[in-house]
Amino acid sequence: MTTTPAAPADLSALTVGQELARTRHEVSRDTLVRYAGASGDFNPIHYNDAVAEQAGLPGVIAHGMLTMGTAITGLLDAIVDPTAVRAYSTRFTNPIPVPATGSVALEVVAVVGAIDEAAGTARVDLTAQVDGTKVLGRARATLALPAAPADGSAEQGAA
Amino acid sequence: MPTTPDPAFAGRTYPAGPVHTVSAAKIVEFARATGATSALHTDAEAARGAGHADVVAPPTFLVSLAQATEAQYIEDPASGIDFSRVVHGEESFTLHRPVVAGDRLVPTLTVEAIRAAGGHAMVTTRVDLADEAGTEVAAVRSMLVVRGD
Repeated sequence: MTTTPAAPADLSALTVGQELARTRHEVSRDTLVRYAGASGDFNPIHYNDAVAEQAGLPGVIAHGMLTMGTAITGLLDAIVDPTAVRAYSTRFTNPIPVPATGSVALEVVAVVGAIDEAAGTARVDLTAQVDGTKVLGRARATLALPAAPADGSAEQGAA
Repeated sequence: MPTTPDPAFAGRTYPAGPVHTVSAAKIVEFARATGATSALHTDAEAARGAGHADVVAPPTFLVSLAQATEAQYIEDPASGIDFSRVVHGEESFTLHRPVVAGDRLVPTLTVEAIRAAGGHAMVTTRVDLADEAGTEVAAVRSMLVVRGD
């Protein structure tokens, strides 16, 4: 993407409640097929309407793991260094039906939920919605970040 | 007639392995499929410039290895799991260090819990991933819901 921040965040640059990313991701059948190939998850409920309906679903649904993997990408861009993520967990609260043509929009907001200075970590809470319906529950990433810039003189907000 | 998960599998840990070598091509493919744009996932030079041995996996990349490891339990007819009735309930990744292409990971599967809830069965598995020296690299925990009638 073109809007890469200049440097990775450090812990002192974060405040609880701060929004780190707000992104929108189009999910289509093409996306599902691509993810199936990349992940090796070929459960037919993700590409075959007849099988999905037989399983009691409204039709083809997105892989939960595609949703989880996609939902964190805005945050990864915001923190620049994706290896800062040390934990990531979620519940799958609602399936995402994906139409045969066109796409649905996954809308994600990443907000700082807590900062643990002793541990050197920040918890980031993600909300992920499609058409106003939450599709992930309690989605949280834990980031390990440097405590402060090397000169040590700048306290929070000094910039 | 659908089967139901056998509670006797809870607490079982399977033998470790086989060793899985993390592929740069699969990392690139996974990053593109999920829209992870960092050059660290796709450009070995950029990854080396940032101090990594090779391209770095996105945070959920290990799901593929975890699911392949879980299969020895999920797809065992004796487990009683009807895969057509399985939906994903929860997923969690713990990463002790970045996973990079060329890593040789040894997976160990544990069935943590099997419990009934509201006519469904909730099955929790954990796949621990270590390097060949036995140092922990990551853990992937999955909760599957096996829907009842």
